[in-house]
Amino acid sequence: MTDQGLVSSQLGSLHYEPALESSSLARLKPSYGLFIDGSFSDPGQHENLVTLNPATGETLATVAQGSVDDVDRAVKAARRAYENVWGKMSGAQRSKYLFRIARIIQERARELAVVETLDNGKPIRESRDIDIPLAAAYFFYYAGWADKLEHAGFGPDPQPVGVAGQIIPWNFPLLMAAWKLAPALAAGNTCVLKPAETTPLSALILAEILQQAGLPEGVVNIVTGDGSTGSALVEHPGVDKIAFTGSTDVGRLIQQRVASTPKRLTLELGGKGANIVFEDAPIDEMIEGIIDGIFFNQGHVCCAGSRLLVQESVAEEVLRRLVRRVEQLRVGDPLDKNTDVGAINSAEQLSRIEELVAVGEGEGATRYSSSCALPSKGFWFAPTVFSNVAQSHRIARDEIFGPVLSVLTFRTPEEVVAKANNTKYGLACGVWSEKGSRTLWVAERLRAGVIWANTYNRFDPTSPFGGMRESGFGREGGRHGLEAYLNV
Amino acid sequence: MSTAPLRLVPAQERGVRIPSNESVPSIDSEAQLRSVLASLSGVDAVGLEGRAAKLATRSIKRSTKAAAIDLAISMVDLTTLEGADTPGRVSSLCAKAMRPDPLDLGVPSVAAVCVYPDLVAHASSELDGSSVAVAAVATAFPSGRASLQMKLLDVHEALAAGADEIDMVIDRGAFLSGRIGQVFDEIVAVKEACGEKHLKVILETGELVTYDHVRRASWIAMLAGADFIKTSTGKVSVSATPPTALVMLEAVRDFAETTGRLVGVKLAGGIRNSKDAIRYLVIVNETAGSIWLRPSLFRFGASSLLNDLLMQRLKQQRGAYVRADEFSGD
Amino acid sequence: MSEDRLDVRKTYKLLINGAFPRSESGRSYEVVGASGEFLANVAQGSRKDLRDAVVAARGAQAKWWAATPYNRGQVIYRLAEMAESRRDELCEHVALAEGIKMKAARSSVERAVDRIVWYAGWTDKVAQVMGSANPVAGAFFNFSVPVPSGVVAVLADQSSSLEAFVDAVLAPICVGNTVVAVASERRPTPAVLVGEMSATSDFPGGVLNIVTGRTEELATTLASHEDVDAIDLGGVDGALADSLAQSASGSIKRVLRNGDPSSTNSTRRLRAFVEISTVWHTIGQ
Repeated sequence: MTDQGLVSSQLGSLHYEPALESSSLARLKPSYGLFIDGSFSDPGQHENLVTLNPATGETLATVAQGSVDDVDRAVKAARRAYENVWGKMSGAQRSKYLFRIARIIQERARELAVVETLDNGKPIRESRDIDIPLAAAYFFYYAGWADKLEHAGFGPDPQPVGVAGQIIPWNFPLLMAAWKLAPALAAGNTCVLKPAETTPLSALILAEILQQAGLPEGVVNIVTGDGSTGSALVEHPGVDKIAFTGSTDVGRLIQQRVASTPKRLTLELGGKGANIVFEDAPIDEMIEGIIDGIFFNQGHVCCAGSRLLVQESVAEEVLRRLVRRVEQLRVGDPLDKNTDVGAINSAEQLSRIEELVAVGEGEGATRYSSSCALPSKGFWFAPTVFSNVAQSHRIARDEIFGPVLSVLTFRTPEEVVAKANNTKYGLACGVWSEKGSRTLWVAERLRAGVIWANTYNRFDPTSPFGGMRESGFGREGGRHGLEAYLNV
Repeated sequence: MSTAPLRLVPAQERGVRIPSNESVPSIDSEAQLRSVLASLSGVDAVGLEGRAAKLATRSIKRSTKAAAIDLAISMVDLTTLEGADTPGRVSSLCAKAMRPDPLDLGVPSVAAVCVYPDLVAHASSELDGSSVAVAAVATAFPSGRASLQMKLLDVHEALAAGADEIDMVIDRGAFLSGRIGQVFDEIVAVKEACGEKHLKVILETGELVTYDHVRRASWIAMLAGADFIKTSTGKVSVSATPPTALVMLEAVRDFAETTGRLVGVKLAGGIRNSKDAIRYLVIVNETAGSIWLRPSLFRFGASSLLNDLLMQRLKQQRGAYVRADEFSGD
Repeated sequence: MSEDRLDVRKTYKLLINGAFPRSESGRSYEVVGASGEFLANVAQGSRKDLRDAVVAARGAQAKWWAATPYNRGQVIYRLAEMAESRRDELCEHVALAEGIKMKAARSSVERAVDRIVWYAGWTDKVAQVMGSANPVAGAFFNFSVPVPSGVVAVLADQSSSLEAFVDAVLAPICVGNTVVAVASERRPTPAVLVGEMSATSDFPGGVLNIVTGRTEELATTLASHEDVDAIDLGGVDGALADSLAQSASGSIKRVLRNGDPSSTNSTRRLRAFVEISTVWHTIGQ
């Protein structure tokens, strides 16, 4: 087929007038203190951090920079609450608190979605339909475990660990808080949570929710701040367990720091997920799955399907359809309900993406970027696909953590398993095929904590999530997610 | 900070690429038909329904909504297919088809009026001189259970009475029992009878049940010469649904890319309000694209939908909800 | 000085398919309190009412099971919210029906509400506790999951009007069954209230059906009904229980006798009304 005489039917040509969610729903305060022992401290007593709207670069609010002393107060409050209240409370009572929290998250869902989108830059459709409902669902799920721990498979009378220090990333701020807090509280632990420096706001709204739920003082403490705050939490001798989600480099440092202490540790780190496409894949749904796999949340997803491994016989067809679909993505104002891809979370992350993309071009890969117009203010990167990528290229090995997909090809199942496993990471993979037997054969051989078949980026509170190798250890979600918070 | 030069997606790769130098392959045997169908990808129901649900979250407001409502009105095949239909009712329907809102001449006419063959002549004279076409359901509608001879007679009568478009039903029994050659041959025969007149082939997707079946039936109809593929008769419990529409739009898109031939899609049954109609237009927009966003390639077979579109149109203009009795019942 | 206000009394009806009919028979029977005082005229359900209830339960079962476990949990939790908000009313009924003091009744109601919460949390955990991945010798992926038995008939405990009733109906519902329950014959009103609450708790019609009336007469019909998959004989004992159990064998019903476990944390009731379904799938290139 030649290009001559081609007619093109433009996809997405029906102009969608912006359908903006109102930012005033966020009801943000100009400044927030720390949430310790059941109340907020006066913001004036702390050094402050500014949190931006990455879609505009404008300041949203200031939050406190938690100091070593602040972390100490928080840990002590958590200890008191553990010893005097929460650790002794019946599972049935804890359960009812968690159900309350879940319900209030549902009640305040729209506000939370707007806050999340403002602070993170993710499309309102995702915060509204995924982040917030899932956060509520995790609380619901673990609420149900609090009074059933003896049935969870960890012995007849499993006990909590104590005080948990929890450090979460900026890509799913509220959802990650829920992943950490819900199982910890269900199991009877108390918590000190350190939100990410660039996305602290939804955790502070969550603190208000905990107050509305009447959660006893000190059971959850939320200390905002930068890396130094997290470091103080990791170092604090009063913490029994550290749970960290973030980069592999920081995870390595944390593991080293707690190595000679009795602290327990779980790490959920980076990834370079292989999304494997066999020639018999359901093609239309597979294209959508590739798109979801890499452009969901601007690719700021540790389990993103950032390496696409396509069987050679269909590679050209898949790439053609994929590029067409990338071109159709609506990039822009995250508050617009019709936006598919939002803003990059920070200037720092944007420069990392730009750097790795430049490396990819230098390595000789072929780059396609969407021709979408990007807003002039804020941090943006056009959805991008690299073809002709070799296994040795940095864009096939390093986690980019952005909307950038590397496409490689393969011929046989053995070959694709070898390629998929040829990475230091082991978090997630996808397999696309209508042949169940082969999908299971491949899945059995993939060194990854999660394998999605004919879907990608699915999360559910009942399903354990976590990595192998340098993607970390420990599982969050499901029955297995309780283990990190129980002395079993 | 590096500023890598953007190599943008070439223009011809941005949409659905329809070649003019390709043609529909001629199918000479059932075996050949089977091999074409075997080359089609399967449909994953979970992924398909997920995609349809995601498209349903598009928020269509203000000017886009106003444009979509007018577009939808122009795509309506205003339909009456009751045993109790009368010439009087058809007259009233035709008047409404030509001028849906007598008080607002800015409202476009609908695409066609769709009736049983015996009312074609009447509809045709009522619509004479207008842009509204007469569509007739033929071929032993709605069951399709008659001999080919009877079906062709039905078609000839409708055409002789002035029908511009024929809506035929496929033989679902033959399809489901694997006699796809028979299904194909019947469509070819009816298309031959239709000549230049438009043939819409009703798959009755509610009886085909699986999306794989819908995809294959769509290809059989297109290969056999259908000008439109249509979801339903409206006479079985499951009619048009968003995932079914999505599969059929994928089919016409892929068929156009392979053969250069544009086939339309008609959704029928159960589409009663503007919100649903607009959701379907979004699916068209993001699956087959701009070329299909016109009455010659996309239709709604409906009756009560038109009044809801008119109500929403007035609501957009007045900024307040309007009562149903603002518009005539037929 | 105004006259004393006359209170508006309630009619106690059946719950079938989400609606509250009187018995098709038009009959009712008098329910009296522990000290013999008149409490209410309660609908006396008939064989035909049971027939309708089983049809409703059967019609609702596939859809109830097809709902996500998360959704089923939300529905049951909503029942707990409703019950909590009508706690005082439940207390009065339990106190009158069981002849206990308000304080004891209050404790009983609170335990019952907490029990509903306990079941709300089970819906998405039963598969994790009762299912398994089975390491068969061979190239197969093999897993077992619990699935509901289907339509469960419950003959509710005769003495514990609320707590035992909640346990008996929610255990099968939680794991995806639908229920036709016969309330305690002499103490039916707390069960009727639970039925009313379920109707405002997003329970789809037909998931919980409650028939009041003469237990022995109703039980015989249910035990022999071939479209009932399982029966909980908690509310009957002795020779009647034996004969019902025998009758249940006609259509190979699952039978739970003396369902009350020794521990409140037992999963015995949950396990009583599930089947284990095992899937084998090949693994190969």
